[in-house]
Amino acid sequence: MNPAVLIASVYVFALAAFLGYQVISRVPPLLHTPLMSATNAISGISLIGSLVMAGAHYPLVAHLLGFAAVTTATINVVGGFWITDRMLKMFKKREPNTAKAVKR
Amino acid sequence: MSPATLLMEATYLVASILFILGLKAMSHPDTARRGMFYAEAGMAAAIIGTLIGQHIVTWVWIVAGLLLGSAIGAWMGITVPMTAMPQRTALSHAFGAMAAALVGIAEFNVHAAEMSVFTRGALGFEVMLGALTTTGSLIAAGKLQGVIKGTPVQFKGQQVLNALIGLGMVGCFVTFWINPAILVAFYTMVGLALAFGVMMVIPIGSADMPVVMSLLNSYAGLAATATGFVLGNNVLIIAGTLDGFSGLILSILMCKAMNRSITNVLFGGFGATVAEASSNAGGTMREIPLDDAAIQLAYAKRVIFVPGYGLATAQAQHAVRELAELLEERGVTVKYAIHPVAGRMPGHMNVLLAEANVPYSALYEMDQINPEFPETDVVVVIGANDVVNPDARDNPKSLIAGMPILEVDLAKSVIVLKRGQGRGFSGLENPLFFKERTRMLYGDAKGTLNLLVKAVEQS
Repeated sequence: MNPAVLIASVYVFALAAFLGYQVISRVPPLLHTPLMSATNAISGISLIGSLVMAGAHYPLVAHLLGFAAVTTATINVVGGFWITDRMLKMFKKREPNTAKAVKR
Repeated sequence: MSPATLLMEATYLVASILFILGLKAMSHPDTARRGMFYAEAGMAAAIIGTLIGQHIVTWVWIVAGLLLGSAIGAWMGITVPMTAMPQRTALSHAFGAMAAALVGIAEFNVHAAEMSVFTRGALGFEVMLGALTTTGSLIAAGKLQGVIKGTPVQFKGQQVLNALIGLGMVGCFVTFWINPAILVAFYTMVGLALAFGVMMVIPIGSADMPVVMSLLNSYAGLAATATGFVLGNNVLIIAGTLDGFSGLILSILMCKAMNRSITNVLFGGFGATVAEASSNAGGTMREIPLDDAAIQLAYAKRVIFVPGYGLATAQAQHAVRELAELLEERGVTVKYAIHPVAGRMPGHMNVLLAEANVPYSALYEMDQINPEFPETDVVVVIGANDVVNPDARDNPKSLIAGMPILEVDLAKSVIVLKRGQGRGFSGLENPLFFKERTRMLYGDAKGTLNLLVKAVEQS
């Protein structure tokens, strides 16, 4: 990594940290569990690093480690987004009081 | 730059923007779901971009990993119950961290010789954080699931041993940083980091899990950031940092909610200490007959429910919602007061109540609801203890002194639903239970609530 790229990366990191602080602070405690689940799914983006290890021109050991990493990262991406959506679907506004809500 | 690489970089930029938009939409429950679609689209774009733009020669491992991961992920997505959300999240911290550690180890295998000093440092961080978060999260998940005992594991010389492991880990890191040819240093670091993760979490009790979860979340994110530095990939840096900071902010919030420092949670082993400092609690607890409780509720103007983790363990969310709806039909104003650490992870109680069809507009945070207690006729405390302990406010000698509480003792009357006469996780007496205006209603929360519903219907 040459110094110019390094400096650019540090910039990206600093700005992302600042932006992250701003954005995350606005999330109400009501949604903290879905938030954790969502950021988890998003950080499953390390999948793209795993894909390269599993499939590019590398020795077998890299492929195997890459395969394991692709698997765990994909579990996080698919499972994370799925569960986040399941949770967010449940948060409803007060509905007009319909006698007795039907049990699901 | 070839067109394929250009396309790939473009998808990364798009993904970064969509991730940020997605998290921004999390600021309100009405927009949150749409936000997640943005994030999902960003993820899909980045994956496709990578497959096109990188020089992929072998597809078998990629396809196998994607299929296997999707199958397991989907299975978890469908089957995991909301009560198991803390375990699931801890497990996913482990998976995320493991992916980062594995990529790092592979990267070390392939490129160690030609890495710059800086990249090697980032790689060290990636693997170290990844490894310790993996085992730490697995232990946390085990404790939450009940596979491992939830009580803190402590022994003589524990802190010395931990310090030695930590120092050894850092020592190996520095050695390999200076001279990448010493392979053994790298792999010893991995081993020590795995051990360190275990040692870090075993002394922490179940009730402190919200902090631990948030902290592990932060580590897993930062491991992904380090991966981004190693690979020189900005979208990884951005997504990892967002995750890392989210975890950090949540850790701080959770610590504030318990009035404890992070070091205190990590090294304190709170659940192990048996309270010696006796409080001013004393006298008798007064039981209330079920029918009297029902009448009190039925003829109240304002009622606030205070759910604690005991509500979740008793699976009483639906029962409490039924009772609340019944009271609302009678014209009672019903609200729910949610303490930040009610549950085993941040926000857990909100999810459990939302699942039971409680509208989110009825859920109130501690700061919003505290001023309302003095005008409340009946507060019903269900399976909560320390978060409503007035000692935290009144008794500076108390172990939980200074912890912000829901001030239910200021209400006109309080009914406490409790399994038995035992103490909370901290082993503290709760003076609330002895107050003149407090009445105890013993029994399984779900059963009691169902009986209350019947009794209110008849009154």
